[in-house]
Amino acid sequence: MTNRTVLVLVDPATEVRSSVLELLTIGRGLGRVEAVTVESPTVEVLAQLGAYGVETVHQAEIAPAALGSVGGEAARHLPVVVAAALATAVRRTDADVVLAPATFGAKEAAALAAHALGAGLIIDAAAVGEDDDGRIVTGKRVFAGAWDTRCAVTADVAVLTVRSNAVVPQPAQAAVATDVEGLTVELPGTRGVVVESRDVKDRPVGRPTLEEAAVVVAGGRGTEGDFGPVEEFADAVGAAVGATRDAVFEGWFDRYVGQTGVTVAPRLYVGAGISGAPHHRGGMQASQVIVAVNSDPEAPIFEICDFAVVGQLADVLPQAAAAIRAHRES
Amino acid sequence: MRIVVAVKYVPDINAERRFVDARVDRSPDVGTLNELDENAIEAALRLVEALPDDEREGSEVVAVTVAPAEGDVALRKSFQMGVHRAVRVSDVALAGSDYFGTAAALAAAVRRLGAEAPVDLVVTGMAALDGLGSVVPALLGAELDLPVLTLAKKIALDHAGDAATLRITRETDEATETLSAPLPAVLSVADTANRPRFPDFKLIMAARTKQIEQWTAADLGLDAAAVGTAGARTEALSAEPRPARAEVELVVDKGEGGNALADFLIRNELV
Repeated sequence: MTNRTVLVLVDPATEVRSSVLELLTIGRGLGRVEAVTVESPTVEVLAQLGAYGVETVHQAEIAPAALGSVGGEAARHLPVVVAAALATAVRRTDADVVLAPATFGAKEAAALAAHALGAGLIIDAAAVGEDDDGRIVTGKRVFAGAWDTRCAVTADVAVLTVRSNAVVPQPAQAAVATDVEGLTVELPGTRGVVVESRDVKDRPVGRPTLEEAAVVVAGGRGTEGDFGPVEEFADAVGAAVGATRDAVFEGWFDRYVGQTGVTVAPRLYVGAGISGAPHHRGGMQASQVIVAVNSDPEAPIFEICDFAVVGQLADVLPQAAAAIRAHRES
Repeated sequence: MRIVVAVKYVPDINAERRFVDARVDRSPDVGTLNELDENAIEAALRLVEALPDDEREGSEVVAVTVAPAEGDVALRKSFQMGVHRAVRVSDVALAGSDYFGTAAALAAAVRRLGAEAPVDLVVTGMAALDGLGSVVPALLGAELDLPVLTLAKKIALDHAGDAATLRITRETDEATETLSAPLPAVLSVADTANRPRFPDFKLIMAARTKQIEQWTAADLGLDAAAVGTAGARTEALSAEPRPARAEVELVVDKGEGGNALADFLIRNELV
């Protein structure tokens, strides 16, 4: 059944993230793919969407007065607003599938849209396909990567959030021209929620983001607060940097990998000075290749590794970084 | 002030977690209170403890779970932390509920509690550690038609006359946000919001004999066709354990550990 209409959430619309490119790639495998935004996409974004086969962008138009009462522009990205845009776009296009990334905000928006539509909801699929009856079937890795589950959507509309690194992004065979169509969205009301302030975080400069990176290097208690070797090694391999929840509680770093932090499933994960507590493993155990460096030979993380070094971070990581830099220059 | 805390009975993440017939194994020997719900209970108790004396009198924190009988483990733990009352919603009709069925059942329980006396706040953890969906709080808000503030890291309650405003700060993937909403509302609490208290001996002893109320789907006026497997819009097809990883290649650093690491990454074309 390739005559489906698949809507992909593109939010923000000021840049196309690799997670969105993956969703577009998955979407093209399921049917005709269109995009939904809650703000005006930039020219660069439109060009990228065109390269991935998107002919139509449905841009939500929300009355400024409606937004004004709940905090103005800052409220534009609230899950209830994004959900209203998605649900309206599904009704207008008679779409069969909605794909959204696996951020907390997108999950909430997906859930609320599915609630409004009576759609089936899958959170954090790692694989998306269909069965012989044309039902959407998803694969998911659960219990810290220890089990694979499969689930079918039995409702007419499927709303899915999809993990990063589920597929390798592939542009369409031929780029298409992309049109933006206005989508009048009635704000359902936020039931009194007001956005009092919203400070957008800087994206890491010169490094991929944790959610989307193909390589992740994380530091734990064993760094003793010195992330210098971790960052040096990460930059040598082109990785995103994260930490454990403990390290964030200590104030050593700002973002953590774990089942309540960022869940990652990169091609390569390197844990530095990380013991491998269940909380952390729940956020990284689905990674394809797992490497650990730890001075404690009894660290539980060694049980789930492909390769491990027992040693001091300050010795091992800079030496490895230098060897990799030398290899890249050769 | 009346606060309902929605809690979940989940397999202990420190135990071996498994599926039976594509459903999560919820045997009592491996189950516990979802750890992230302790943050929700802690937040609820602190909100009540911060009230002036006259308002704190008569305040109530009620733990509610949708679970089979094993779910009492989670409610006993909730009593140990200091909740005043516990309700378990149990019904074979609820087995196999998807996110929407679970939210509908919890919402119905909140409505029933609200029919006794007004409920000011519904508090949840940020996720359940078995499914990690994080969407039930938003769905509870939709079901109850209440404002929803999720993933709160800082929580403050401002009283101005009769009106109370809940204000939270949260860290999303994109931004740091301050949001507010009038009560009644739904609140989900991040694991960074607080450090849950340890139960004291007196409460542990008292929790043993406290009564857990049991409600059925019919008690709550739930349509059996709209919840459980019958109402679910997704179908679990299979659950298979992943094959164990190959034996780890372990190098002890004697001066060449970093080079060995680089070599492993290069020969596997990972850099």
